[in-house]
Amino acid sequence: MLEIGLEEVPARMIAGAEAELGKRVNDLLTRERLQGPAGKLTTYSTPRRLAVLVEDVLASQADTEERLTGPSWKVAFKDGVPTAAAEAFAKKAGVAVDALEKVVNAKGEYVGATVKRQGRATAELLAAELPKEVAGIYWAKNMYWRAGKPERFVRPVRWVVALMDSSIVPLELAGIAAGNVSRGHRVLHGEAPVVIEKAADYKEALREAFVVSDVAERRHSIRKALDAATRTVAGARWREDESLVETVVHLTEWPSVVLGNFEAEYLALPEEVLVTVMRDHQKYFAVEGADGKLTPHFLAVLNTQVDDAGREIIRHGNARVLRARFKDAQFFWDFDQKTPLVERVESLKNVTFQKELGSYFLKTTWNDGVACNLHEILERAGFKGYSYPSLLMAVGLAKTDLTTELVKEFTELQGIIGGLYVQAQGFPGDLNQETTEKVGQAIYWQYMPASTDDAIPPTIEGQLLGIADRIQTVIAMFSIGSAPTGSKDPFALRRAANAIIKILAESELPLTVSEVVGASTSNAEWDGFKGQVSAFLRERLHFYLKDVRGFAYDVVNAVLAAGADDVRDAIARAEALTAVRGSEDFAAISAAFKRIKNILRQAEEKGFAVGSAGDVQLSAAAEELSSAASALAPEVAFLRRERAYDEALGAIAKLRPVVDAFFDKVMVLDPDPVVRGAHLGLIASVLGGFSGIADFSEIVTG
Amino acid sequence: MQSFWAARGCVIQQPYDVEVGAGTMAPETFLRVQGTKPYRVGYAQPSRRPADGRYGENPNRLFKHTQFQLILKPPPVNVQELYLESLEAIGIDLKQHDLKFEEDNWEGPTVGAWGVGWQVMMDGMEITQFTYFQQCGGLDLDPICAELTYGLERLCAFMQDVDSVYDVVWARDPDTGAVVTYGDVRLTEELQYSVYNFEDADVNRLWEHFNSYEAEAKALLTKGNAVLADENASPNEKLRFPLMSTYELALKCSNLFNLLDARGAISVTERVGMIARIRNLAVGVAKVYVGQQSSKLAS
Repeated sequence: MLEIGLEEVPARMIAGAEAELGKRVNDLLTRERLQGPAGKLTTYSTPRRLAVLVEDVLASQADTEERLTGPSWKVAFKDGVPTAAAEAFAKKAGVAVDALEKVVNAKGEYVGATVKRQGRATAELLAAELPKEVAGIYWAKNMYWRAGKPERFVRPVRWVVALMDSSIVPLELAGIAAGNVSRGHRVLHGEAPVVIEKAADYKEALREAFVVSDVAERRHSIRKALDAATRTVAGARWREDESLVETVVHLTEWPSVVLGNFEAEYLALPEEVLVTVMRDHQKYFAVEGADGKLTPHFLAVLNTQVDDAGREIIRHGNARVLRARFKDAQFFWDFDQKTPLVERVESLKNVTFQKELGSYFLKTTWNDGVACNLHEILERAGFKGYSYPSLLMAVGLAKTDLTTELVKEFTELQGIIGGLYVQAQGFPGDLNQETTEKVGQAIYWQYMPASTDDAIPPTIEGQLLGIADRIQTVIAMFSIGSAPTGSKDPFALRRAANAIIKILAESELPLTVSEVVGASTSNAEWDGFKGQVSAFLRERLHFYLKDVRGFAYDVVNAVLAAGADDVRDAIARAEALTAVRGSEDFAAISAAFKRIKNILRQAEEKGFAVGSAGDVQLSAAAEELSSAASALAPEVAFLRRERAYDEALGAIAKLRPVVDAFFDKVMVLDPDPVVRGAHLGLIASVLGGFSGIADFSEIVTG
Repeated sequence: MQSFWAARGCVIQQPYDVEVGAGTMAPETFLRVQGTKPYRVGYAQPSRRPADGRYGENPNRLFKHTQFQLILKPPPVNVQELYLESLEAIGIDLKQHDLKFEEDNWEGPTVGAWGVGWQVMMDGMEITQFTYFQQCGGLDLDPICAELTYGLERLCAFMQDVDSVYDVVWARDPDTGAVVTYGDVRLTEELQYSVYNFEDADVNRLWEHFNSYEAEAKALLTKGNAVLADENASPNEKLRFPLMSTYELALKCSNLFNLLDARGAISVTERVGMIARIRNLAVGVAKVYVGQQSSKLAS
């Protein structure tokens, strides 16, 4: 049993550290052969502790025997008398000279020694090794606390419990000697020591001190308490929020829940604002009615247990804080309405987009240009189904909410606030209701997807705004030398590019990567970076296929080598290739294509001319390949055009017997240059003719 | 609060008499955290934040609020427990409240300082910023220190259960029961400060003041660095360098920067540069201070 007692660890870091501690201890016990057959490892954590309990740990390592081999027997013993070499070896091995044995192996006769190693006692070994494991735990942010700075850790270590059953393991962490005394809940238990009599008592001893050390148990009890508190409001449900549940799980040792109320008048504020205040600023859960709309209640998860009087005080206190926050939000909302978004465009001149580039006003005009270009491409392609005026209006107003007080206060609501304000304010003039709604929605969703598991904007105008804004940012940032390098991506350009790829992949937009790059702002200074930006997007497409969609890396390489411009087409090809790659015929074809590529490379290195299959009378096997390939080519081409990639790949796999026969019977690099040229021409045409779906030579075969 | 900490060996200082944005910037923190000498100090510090002014209309946000600032160098191992005792000492029954230490790391770019710690939440309200200072004036601290910053107005509003800090009762006549509220004393000046900070402050003149204070601070720092580097200078000559005055000039710059910011006179681009200018002064002062302290020890 090991418990590291800490001052409150940041909630976001606890789960990872708990898991890492478990893994490190498990690896240590395995490495040192200390884990018995019935071993079971359980980890615990609260804001003030990380702990691990392992059952069936051996009291010591088993003794081992090792056979060492020394110099040859002849050198070690002259006429049966040990030489200096024998003595040196015996000394090194730690055995007496007369304990040396003769070892016979393939190379001859040698001197051997059997060395017995006594296993170390577990307590001693753990005392030496566990502190290193604990010190190695990763923390996103560390601190020093002791004079002389002997160690860094997430927060100061204040106590350590280390037990083998009921005896203390004499280890030391951060200057603190381990004992069998833990601590309980700060307020409910107070400062009295919590003695852990034996390792297995840990969980129950802490429970008596008002600490639930098991994370799953805390999670369960919080969920149940949220349910119970919500039941006091007829027909209500608390709004599910998994990440908030995790946060409060890691902020409490002895959780309970209180339901509080706020004035119904605040429900006039948009739900997004109310929920953000409750969730992000106060860590409260929102409560909704049967109709899914917010009700004027909130749920706070407490780290204590109080009587009714205390509950009333706490409810009241939390409600007062929330009221003040809502009041602020209401004030900002009302204040913002005095200047509608359409009147804020000019003030974007004072909001810096990027100091080398200029203001958001300038960025908006650039975005507008990109949106026009995208529209032209879509028009040429005959793509309809969106309102161009709405798109332009949305682009023009997209960033204006950056000047509002509400967004300055709740930056995480940028875009959303803009969308809500458009809805609330409408437009002067002749825009109809539907157009206005589309503008609001596009602005509202412009920052989606925020991550690879977020959804894309649900409207086409939103998708186009999202693409235009981001590709403009990417090209502009590349032009000032701010492209991401290694792990450095201070302007989150990878995230922006990932979002572009995701929108292309998951929308109906008939846009290719090169069209998007082509549509980005064009000027003498920036055009030179379009090649880099294309390569960057292609790398993001690779990431998307491999890490987001989970395709095997060789499938991704093969597919992208054959074309990386049409995102949805690349996905379709990757799916088809994934489906057939396991088949035997296909593996053989992949191997053959790899071989073809190698031969062609060799031929090029040697300067061999490539001719064509018709140059000379070919051998039977070559003729057969040639005619099979020409017969199949139109079929495959047709299937490809139809995007029937499964069928196309199936057809290509049918080439296997003739390809195999060709390589079996034909020496491709024939000494006769004409024959050789014809062979090279033949295989080059096979490679070229059937690599349009994927470059099969990239496929890793058994 | 003062009695509680005085009984635990803290010097109880009076508020510093130059405008600061936070108790951290008072020399009792900014300078005393440097070096190895143990020190414990507490003081109430009026803290000016021009951009936070709300013409007295917001119940919680003020141009000038009061911090109770505490520095424990080095932090005792039971610093959190002492902190909780201090809350009980001012009359908060912890058994009747919900208390959480939530991660909140602090950074003060203009003074080259940062630390890790928590915001202490009491029934959902932040009542204290608790920071383990790691660096100050651009210098790594060793030992580090604990900085506890109590927001006094909020704490009082919380304890008196009023919705607005202006309703906090500041004094009560024992005979008549008549009360003087925080609002009686401060509401009008909050309004007036907001008018000045947001409307009347003359931007050009603020710039002039800033440049002028900065120039004098820089000239002094040049002199200070020279005397410290001078091997022939005696410890006494080194100690004569007016460090405190130099630091006060830097603080003036910091306050003027905040005023310019509230007037909307600083673009995002300029902002970075301005912060760097103030930081340079603060870092320069911290270095000279450390140099003076070591020459003091040497003498």
